[in-house]
Amino acid sequence: MSSWTKSLAIAAVLIAVIYVINAMMSAGGFFGTGIDDYQARLLVFIAINIILATSLNLINGFTGQFSIGHAGFMAVGAYSSAYFSVTYGKTIEASLASLGETAAVSVVLLIAIAIGALVAAVMGLIVGIPSLRLKGDYLAIVTLGFAEIIRIVILNIDVVGGATGYQVPGYANFLWIGIFTVITVIVVHNIVRSDTGRALISIREDELAAEAMGVNTTRYKVTSFVIGSAFAGIAGVLFAHYNKFLSTNDFQFIKSFEIIIMIVIGGMGSMSGAILGAIVVTLLPEVLRYMQDVQNQNVEPMLGIDLPFNIGDLRLVIFALILILTMIFRPQGILGTREFGLSWLKRPMRAPEGGDAGSDEGTPIAQQPAARRLENEEDKDR
Amino acid sequence: MSQTNGNHILQTDKATIRFGGLVAVNELTMNVAQGEIYGLIGPNGAGKTTIFNLLTGVYEPTSGDIRIAGKRVNGMKPYEISRLGVSRTFQNIRLFPSMTVLENVITACHRHSKQNLADAVFRLPRFHKDEGEHREFALDLLRIFNLEKYKNEGGTSLPYGNQRRLEIVRALATRPQLLLLDEPAAGMNPIEQQDLTGLIKEIRDKFNLTVVLVEHNMRVVMGVCDRIQVIDYGKSIALGLPQDIKNDPKVIEAYLGD
Repeated sequence: MSSWTKSLAIAAVLIAVIYVINAMMSAGGFFGTGIDDYQARLLVFIAINIILATSLNLINGFTGQFSIGHAGFMAVGAYSSAYFSVTYGKTIEASLASLGETAAVSVVLLIAIAIGALVAAVMGLIVGIPSLRLKGDYLAIVTLGFAEIIRIVILNIDVVGGATGYQVPGYANFLWIGIFTVITVIVVHNIVRSDTGRALISIREDELAAEAMGVNTTRYKVTSFVIGSAFAGIAGVLFAHYNKFLSTNDFQFIKSFEIIIMIVIGGMGSMSGAILGAIVVTLLPEVLRYMQDVQNQNVEPMLGIDLPFNIGDLRLVIFALILILTMIFRPQGILGTREFGLSWLKRPMRAPEGGDAGSDEGTPIAQQPAARRLENEEDKDR
Repeated sequence: MSQTNGNHILQTDKATIRFGGLVAVNELTMNVAQGEIYGLIGPNGAGKTTIFNLLTGVYEPTSGDIRIAGKRVNGMKPYEISRLGVSRTFQNIRLFPSMTVLENVITACHRHSKQNLADAVFRLPRFHKDEGEHREFALDLLRIFNLEKYKNEGGTSLPYGNQRRLEIVRALATRPQLLLLDEPAAGMNPIEQQDLTGLIKEIRDKFNLTVVLVEHNMRVVMGVCDRIQVIDYGKSIALGLPQDIKNDPKVIEAYLGD
């Protein structure tokens, strides 16, 4: 029971933090301190990207099924829920007006989230059952293809705006987006550290052995795909209702790649890695944008010359370069399959064990972190 | 303990598998009795591992039948056969590389897991109870094999002999009635082989198992098996007690050539 009280305490703190941040985003700020719109938007996109990266990590990182169609499921969630909000949102809001505006809006949003998650999950099931027979590159190609099909189909549905885009009521604020980010992380974490999670990881590790140990590999692959899709759908819902405008251009395959980059950079098969990756990939281009100001205001006056390039124009080149360098020097991602936690501060770093660790450098499956993972688990239990 | 009380846990009836023109296993008939330690031997490439793959559903026989505890299992998936109480080890060890020793074993408790997804997501009491049971069970098994002290080490970082033993522990964690061991003594030194011989008999008695093993090491085979079947070119060429097999001219010919 003590683990429950601890979890509840952590949840309460997190919600309080999210509440304060949300209040700081409002017009008046929170006790006079506020966050400007640009920063608020960045925070929201970090949160949405954490949902996307964490859910894709369940499929790619833990189950080892290389799917690159996550943006497709995000689009399904976004458009299905947006259609609901546009069509029924006002009616439901009006009928709940007695509860006050905030509550009414929240109810509509929660229904929209449920719809988006459900439709994305069903789509995940439809796509997953035939494609998960494939492995590796073939699965990647098929999921990419499905995501593009989904996008093109949506593009041709006129009731959701087609090519002109789709206006959506802005029901989502950082409070709900933050809460659902926390929910996603907790749910995926709890799945990974359970019998289901072990079954998923065993599929990644050795499918033949997993099946010989009684794991219905097909069923578990589809399960992970459906859960991952559902959370991608939730991310889509939140994106739609925050952005207030949807265009199929937001869900091109480049978005899928962006999510892949997050988990690869952070470390496939690491919860904290996916979160870190989402933060890095969202912030890095903005940090580089900020570097333009540094160039104009600090570096150039100091040197007394006009540099022949603008770092702001080159920011995507530099971003790509950083990604490439990360892959060369740290192919397993920043964290590998390790987890970042308080225990890192408590115990000294252990050298990787296992003679063949060297040959496995190139693969995202690190050799030894599992040892630490389990020890941490013990620490928590006692 | 070479009792043949007609209580057959594993039977194959003219099981055959072809890969194109190659008949890898040719009309193999086996009758393995409950509680028996049954050896499959034969020269390299005789089809022994293919037989294991047939028995565990990795391959489906082209013709003939395979029955486990009287149930026809042709065309069943490996995990379904695993649920009938058949577990195996692999010739080239297939532990889960990123998992610890303990996690490897707990993963194999999957078949007996009582938690569902909701229990796990909401960390309900049933989840904690179930996890605790698996953990205790896995630790008990590791203790029997003297692997408990390595429980938090990476499974594949153990010495080779211990990896083989860990694979047996993992196979036992599925709580099988029939255990298939594919070259359990491969890569072990003579002392480890000696231990293994005792161990196989011990686990047979302790867990009430039937064991079928493929092995090249004659000392292990002769020391542990109740009956031995000799395979050559996918065909059974001899079947009998170890001392009879040792002196069978056909077996000597298959191994040494004529």
